[in-house]
Amino acid sequence: MTPQDPIIEVTNLDKFYGSFHALKDINLTVHQGEKMVICGPSGSGKSTLIRCFNGLEWHNSGKLMVDGVEVYEGSKEVRNLRQEVGMVFQQFNLFPHLTVLENLMIGPMKVRKINRSEAEATARKYLDRVHIPEQADKYPTQLSGGQQQRVAIARSLCMESRIMLFDEPTSALDPEMINEVLDVMVELVDTGMTMVVVTHEMGFARKVADTMVFMEAGQIVEISPPEQFFTNPSSERCRLFLDQILEH
Amino acid sequence: MSAPHMTGLKGQALPQPPAIQRFFGSIPVSVAIYAAVMGLIIYGSYAGAQNMGYNWQWNRVPQYLYSFTDDGFQLGEIFHGLWATIKLSVTSFALAMVLGLIVALLRLSGLVMGTAVSVGFLELIRNIPLLVLLYLFYYVLGPIFGFDRYTASILTLAVFHSALISEILRAGINAVPRGQWEAAKSIGMSPYQSYRYIVLPQSVRFMLPPLMGEVVHLIKSSAIVSVIAVAELTTIGRNIISDTFMSFEIWFTVAAVYLVVTLILSVAVSYVEKRYDTHQ
Repeated sequence: MTPQDPIIEVTNLDKFYGSFHALKDINLTVHQGEKMVICGPSGSGKSTLIRCFNGLEWHNSGKLMVDGVEVYEGSKEVRNLRQEVGMVFQQFNLFPHLTVLENLMIGPMKVRKINRSEAEATARKYLDRVHIPEQADKYPTQLSGGQQQRVAIARSLCMESRIMLFDEPTSALDPEMINEVLDVMVELVDTGMTMVVVTHEMGFARKVADTMVFMEAGQIVEISPPEQFFTNPSSERCRLFLDQILEH
Repeated sequence: MSAPHMTGLKGQALPQPPAIQRFFGSIPVSVAIYAAVMGLIIYGSYAGAQNMGYNWQWNRVPQYLYSFTDDGFQLGEIFHGLWATIKLSVTSFALAMVLGLIVALLRLSGLVMGTAVSVGFLELIRNIPLLVLLYLFYYVLGPIFGFDRYTASILTLAVFHSALISEILRAGINAVPRGQWEAAKSIGMSPYQSYRYIVLPQSVRFMLPPLMGEVVHLIKSSAIVSVIAVAELTTIGRNIISDTFMSFEIWFTVAAVYLVVTLILSVAVSYVEKRYDTHQ
């Protein structure tokens, strides 16, 4: 782990859905360039937590600083912040009415106000980076799931964000397409991007993570470096979870 | 594995459905049944008219559709009525769209007042018969605010249909998955940009067919303004009948004119539907 400046700081964060306590007293720091993998059983609040990072969900109490901006409901700065924080969704969420190229260009053009030719050059560059330059003029529904997710990654990259959030990026994919997406993500690691990844892909986690986080029932149960996390986790719950998903 | 077994069945005919089902399902028989039923209906109506001694005068109808004068070809009264109907419908529809969009956005705004106002408006309009609404506008609001029968008709139709249109717009916007909003947000788009570039272009596909249906509906319900004597297609038809007593012929003709217009629109709807269905 490189002890650089913190880029995401979560202090005593709580989140409720009605009376349901979704996130309980979360304390977490992500440093610049750090790769953090969050795992845990479904419903444990992993997705909710990273969706708080770019204001897709709002926390109810505690403090959340992302890239020097305090995130809270109603903050005017969050919209600018979102340009710096890319997100890749489980269901891809590509814009079905736009071609692949237009999907990549619309953010830079409309939000960052970059001109068309520059946006197109950037789009092609990142389409190349995710290994599907030949699909530029197709519509998302004409692509396989793995290709769609790679387009979604490229769409986030086109915004030239400093942080990338991945919300179970391979969970909706057929097994044979998981690796093509993970490969792209591994390549992204080498660029020094700050990445927070919610995933069950432990092979990927072992390979790239600087920090592993295990959550259960809205709480962070364990934060440790991968060597320790996979061989000797300090909590029994985490050990059980790992046994379950690493069994086969 | 099961390949040898499969080849054993190759080329073998499937069991046939029962003979009676095949008989009634065959095209010539279906056409014959259809023709027989339609023939009976038409003959029945004709015979009924004969029995009451109706004097058919179809030859007098064309003069109300078109005529040749010294100035050349002229459209007849019925087409002037149709033109009035179209003008009335287009104006009302444009107004209804604006009203409907406002109501839909109020409803979607998430503001308590906005929702209350729009739901109140919807329930009020949807639960008053169109005819009563027309009387309200013409006999009550007309004198109060000083507008004429033509304005009253336009307002009635616009208000009545804006309620339905706002529901179509709302459904269309809601039909766009939540993930699209989130994706738009996550790349830093403002709510306006998300609507403009991401959500509306996608909801058009959901909205267009029912909106076109609403145009057809509006054209048909515009006939009701004949009760306050606005000179549109139905009123013209009634006027011709009071001059000529050809009620059967003229009502058939008027119905046919409405039918042709709405059928053309319906064909346009299915064309538009297909066009928007390509990539999604």
